[in-house]
Amino acid sequence: MNFFHRHRALVPYLLLLPGLAWLALFFVVPMYYLGYTSLQAGDLFSGYTFAWAWDNYSDAFTLYRGHFIRSLEYAGVATLAAFLISYPLAYWIAFRGGRWKNFLLLLVIAPFFVTYLIRTLAWKTILADQGFVVDALRTLHLVGEDGRLLATTTAVVAGITYNFLPFMALPLYVSLEQIDKRLIEAAQDLYASRVKAFLRVTFPLSLPGVFAGTLLTFIPAAGDFINAELLGTPRQLMIGNVIQSQFKEVANYPQAAALSFVLMAGIVIAVLLYARAVGSERVTAGTAA
Amino acid sequence: MAVEERSETGRVTRGREVADIRLERVTKRFDDVVAVDDVSLAIERGSFFALLGPSGCGKTTTLRMIGGFEEPTGGAIFLGDADVTGLPPYKRDVNTVFQSYALFPHLSIFENVAFGLRRRGQRGDPLKRRVEEMLELVALPGLGKRKPGQLSGGQQQRVALARALVNSPQVLLLDEPLGALDLKLRKQMQLELKRIQNDVGITFVHVTHDQEEAMTMADQIAVMNAGRIEQLGSPDELYERPRTAFVASFLGASNLLRGRAAGEGVVRLEDGTEVRVPAAALAGRTGPVAVGIRPEKIRLAAGESNMLEGVIAERSYIGVSTQYIAQTGTGSITVYAQNTDHGPSGLAAGDRVTLSWSPESTFVVDALEEERR
Ligand SMILES: Nc1ncnc2c1ncn2[C@@H]1O[C@H](COP(=O)(O)OP(=O)(O)O)[C@@H](O)[C@H]1O
Ligand SMILES: [Mg+2]
Repeated sequence: MNFFHRHRALVPYLLLLPGLAWLALFFVVPMYYLGYTSLQAGDLFSGYTFAWAWDNYSDAFTLYRGHFIRSLEYAGVATLAAFLISYPLAYWIAFRGGRWKNFLLLLVIAPFFVTYLIRTLAWKTILADQGFVVDALRTLHLVGEDGRLLATTTAVVAGITYNFLPFMALPLYVSLEQIDKRLIEAAQDLYASRVKAFLRVTFPLSLPGVFAGTLLTFIPAAGDFINAELLGTPRQLMIGNVIQSQFKEVANYPQAAALSFVLMAGIVIAVLLYARAVGSERVTAGTAA
Repeated sequence: MAVEERSETGRVTRGREVADIRLERVTKRFDDVVAVDDVSLAIERGSFFALLGPSGCGKTTTLRMIGGFEEPTGGAIFLGDADVTGLPPYKRDVNTVFQSYALFPHLSIFENVAFGLRRRGQRGDPLKRRVEEMLELVALPGLGKRKPGQLSGGQQQRVALARALVNSPQVLLLDEPLGALDLKLRKQMQLELKRIQNDVGITFVHVTHDQEEAMTMADQIAVMNAGRIEQLGSPDELYERPRTAFVASFLGASNLLRGRAAGEGVVRLEDGTEVRVPAAALAGRTGPVAVGIRPEKIRLAAGESNMLEGVIAERSYIGVSTQYIAQTGTGSITVYAQNTDHGPSGLAAGDRVTLSWSPESTFVVDALEEERR
């Protein structure tokens, strides 16, 4: 008791301790080992030793460049698709949901009650060559007689979109929900049509949600491997698949670690560029006042 | 149709004189709540009109129907000659100062004020000049670059006013615009709003629950209660000749005494006293009524033709005046006596007193049903 009274200034730091310990134990230490591992050389039988082996990194850029690019492409397209699907959905729930809001939100996250793997396996059935979706598309001549959905790029991107949709929809909903409806009325009062009011007021005010949603979708999507593995072919393999196989099948730990680092750096750079493009000032403006 | 000509600044000059706003038997129902109940009224061009009433009486709903944010369940709304019932807000030549201001938090003060002008296609230098002119009118020059969050409540209020007025609408609607300000600022803004209204000559419809605010600012006041208009008139009409007990007690204090109409210009009180009232005030009424007298119109002496005997029960010195409560045969009566002479007056609790007042200062309202005291 006396100690805290005399050293009151210390209290905030003491309160920070558990968080700092957590960060050190589960973030800093693993990162250190990952970095350490990524610079090792050797093989599974004679063992890996630290050797400043930068060629793990140059291999990452040369051998697996295609996988990196594909990952960013798939994640980008899936993020865009998730945004285009989620925005009207979140908008409708926030502005028209009334007393059904909470129930509708529950439906949005309902798929999360089922394991990721099982959800994706279910899509395998849905998109199967004998499934009703392909059947319908064939009848409508939207795909050829022997056209298929499973094992295509479309299937992988669709799977990613589906799996990460709630990460997009929820932040969008939160930012739309907290917009003061009077602001939209004020815009209409000042001669803005519904469309203009949306473009000038509603959308700019929802930007923090757009920003959060795209990040929460894009980042895990870029590192995903389940969708490519279950819904695609080797031609759709993403960098996540490569890392997984390097680690578990080939047991080339240094290569897997180097690839992980490059992926992480790539995502950080992409996020920074994106934040600058959207403009951090506009992102925070909606939350002020 | 009224002849309208729009100059580049958006100002409208009109040909024929008509009421600016007309509500015809307007009703608004929300599920089972009747918020506005069969309201008809006409608001004169260029007037400062106040909608006054207690919280929940339907003022905001009435205003929102004029602005186009709510559709009436029944009835019609006219702006000038045009029936605007069913038109969306952006097609009405009306602007609103919202209760909580509703400034756009992501836009600068300049862009907030310019919003309406931009939507109507104004650009460049004329736009810039007009916005700056407006910020000057509301005494906020040079603040254009700030965001609403960086301004005080009083300043935000002015921006909201500028943002609406800059469009030179036919009518400006204000929903309790001063409600969030502290007393001193509120008094100051009351005068300023009145000045601005004089300068721009636009019809103002001002919603408030503050009777003093309505009295100081408005040319015409509609007193609302439970979705209906109780009485419409100038401030002095409403104060001197209220027609309902509600209006009498909502605007200032008054003594209400039960009685019955007893012939031309006479009301007999419960204790048998006869009170003379203006014949017009009693016009057509029979049976139970109540007569009303404002406390400051009663003398603590004989001399006027209406008289009551009583005993002083309480006395409190307020400075400019002294408040007495006298017990009479028809209940307690409050009297305000101006302290025009030096020192306190001779009356004290327990003294017998004759109260008198003139028939012209007496008004008549419907018999008191609920308000038993
Ligand atoms: N959107 C709405 N839905 C349901 N009831 C409402 C709505 N708006 C207003 N009301 C009701 O209508 C009545 C009048 O409200 P309002 O016009 O806001 O009153 P005031 O502005 O005079 O305080 C109140 O009983 C209120 O609860
Ligand atoms: Mg209100």
